Amino acid sequence: MLQDIFITGLVNGGVYALLATGFSLIFGVARIVNVAHSAFYMLAAYCLYTLLTYTGMGMGFAALASVAAVTALSLACYRLFIEPVRQHESAVLIATIALGLIFQELMLRTFGGHYLGIPNALEGVVTFLGVSIPYQRLLILVIAGASLATVWFVLHRTRLGLAIRATANDLEVANLMGMNVHRVAMATVAISVALAAIAGVSVAPVFVVDPFMWLAPLVTVLSIVVLGGLGSIQGSVIGALVIGYVEAITVFALPQGAFLKGAVALSIMVIVLLVRPEGLFGVAFEEER
Amino acid sequence: MLVLPSRTLAAAWVASVVLLPLVLPDPYVLRVAAMTCIFAAFAASWDLLAGYAGQVNFGQALFFGAGAYSSALLSLRLGISSWIAVCIGALIATATGLCVGYLCLRLRGSYLSLATLAFPLILIGALFAFPDFSGGELGVTGLQPLATSRIGNYYIAAAAMLALVFGLWAFADSRFGLILHAIRDDELAARASGIDTTRYKLAVFGISAAAAGIAGALYAHFMRGAGPSTLETALSFQVVIWGVFGGLATIYGPVTAVFVLYPLTEWLGSFSAFGELRLLIFAIVVLLVLLFMPRGLTPWVRDRIETRCPRCKQRNPAWHETCRVCGAPMHAKRAEPKPPLAAGARHSPR
Repeated sequence: MLQDIFITGLVNGGVYALLATGFSLIFGVARIVNVAHSAFYMLAAYCLYTLLTYTGMGMGFAALASVAAVTALSLACYRLFIEPVRQHESAVLIATIALGLIFQELMLRTFGGHYLGIPNALEGVVTFLGVSIPYQRLLILVIAGASLATVWFVLHRTRLGLAIRATANDLEVANLMGMNVHRVAMATVAISVALAAIAGVSVAPVFVVDPFMWLAPLVTVLSIVVLGGLGSIQGSVIGALVIGYVEAITVFALPQGAFLKGAVALSIMVIVLLVRPEGLFGVAFEEER
Repeated sequence: MLVLPSRTLAAAWVASVVLLPLVLPDPYVLRVAAMTCIFAAFAASWDLLAGYAGQVNFGQALFFGAGAYSSALLSLRLGISSWIAVCIGALIATATGLCVGYLCLRLRGSYLSLATLAFPLILIGALFAFPDFSGGELGVTGLQPLATSRIGNYYIAAAAMLALVFGLWAFADSRFGLILHAIRDDELAARASGIDTTRYKLAVFGISAAAAGIAGALYAHFMRGAGPSTLETALSFQVVIWGVFGGLATIYGPVTAVFVLYPLTEWLGSFSAFGELRLLIFAIVVLLVLLFMPRGLTPWVRDRIETRCPRCKQRNPAWHETCRVCGAPMHAKRAEPKPPLAAGARHSPR
């Protein structure tokens, strides 16, 4: 059971890290609480399903196409619906909620509410420490690790990354220093949604695909970013692993744990907020006045 | 009294709420209207907390559900009479509000929104963990309604809604509301001016939760039961959408939004072709309205039918040539210069 907990926690933690990092990034740079973030994860899974079922593309190519399509869609949504109301914080919030609901309903109308399955990209299992791990789960772990490493590289070793970090730190000063904060925000949206889409296509074969699959990760991601500290990438990754393990322990060790895993994650969030409201690695944002 | 078009609209609205059962005693219309009233009171309670005090609560359904479940369980398990159960339900919701307010005292902005989102989900988890007591996923049913006739039930919902909405409105217009504005705009400055912000924030959580709890308890008795849907994230989001769609920090805005959106979605749902698309249409309408009226529906309409006198700042009907209070010509305001740095424009990309 210990090995089960170890592997499940690691894989789920990796997926959560992909989602939470993007969520955190977009909040840090554009101050957008993107409720539709995990809806893009759901869309990517549906896109992969459609491409595999109706066009007969190969798995790898279909996955790449899904990520690209969802990222393009997110940029269009950002330009059309979020950008015009950026000055009104509450309007942005509602717009993202409305977008999430629209995607959910569109998928519900197009594909129906039943569960859809996607075949594994890699079949077979590897036995490690006496527990058998399907290759697909290892693949998720590898993809998550590679994506996070890429994001780290982009953020810390490129000019774009420097601009993103500067904008997150102080939007006005970054603007005054000649950075095109508008374009930086667009790039951040693209990176953030691409991460969510990568998470979506990589978990689609393991989990089932249905129009409501975005709600559960949304709540988990919220507790992760609060635990790690809103806007902190490092905090999001560590928070994701912590929550991934806590959920795995709840599911394997407690009777009826599957029902309680959400409540446990949320309780951790409440405790963190009480003890250390800025989270583990929170950048205590200067009070915006 | 009726010199301003907005006041005429408000009076016409009250009259139509009161006269509706006499004009249209159709059971379906009355049912939708009663639900609209209950949700209007609920939306107004959220606006006091989020719009005035700036505590953007993403879990307002917690107070609604606490009121609904506690009054339903008290009536069913302990056999307490409905009216007393509604009152106790409101008290329990108030206590819940104070607890949440206390837990969230140190949080602000997005952190507060995210934290409050969690509380109703934790309560749902707790209710599901004791299905024998709470009814589990099906909820509890079999409550006695407050009145025996349909019209009686409607009037109870309408009277409670009018009392709550006008109560909250008067409250938000008082000195207390002014202090809430101050806390929202700059908590530090408010504290520096000698306002005990902690006490005020706790109080506004309590009051808002009490109003939401009354709405929830009425809902439970109207629906003759309470289920997990009263605590769902969807309901919390719904009230946020109503609030922002109608216009924040107005009280009448969210009420207007409910009276526009709730019957509209119900009516669309009655067509079989649209029934399944109801939520989709709802979301698209909200998105489009926000694009054209980002401050919400009622401020936009109010700006169209009323203008502010450039000299004495009193509101006038838009068609007046001179101010009704000080006699200054109204159209000089066209030359009014825009402030170079409008509030909220600070963080916009240029």
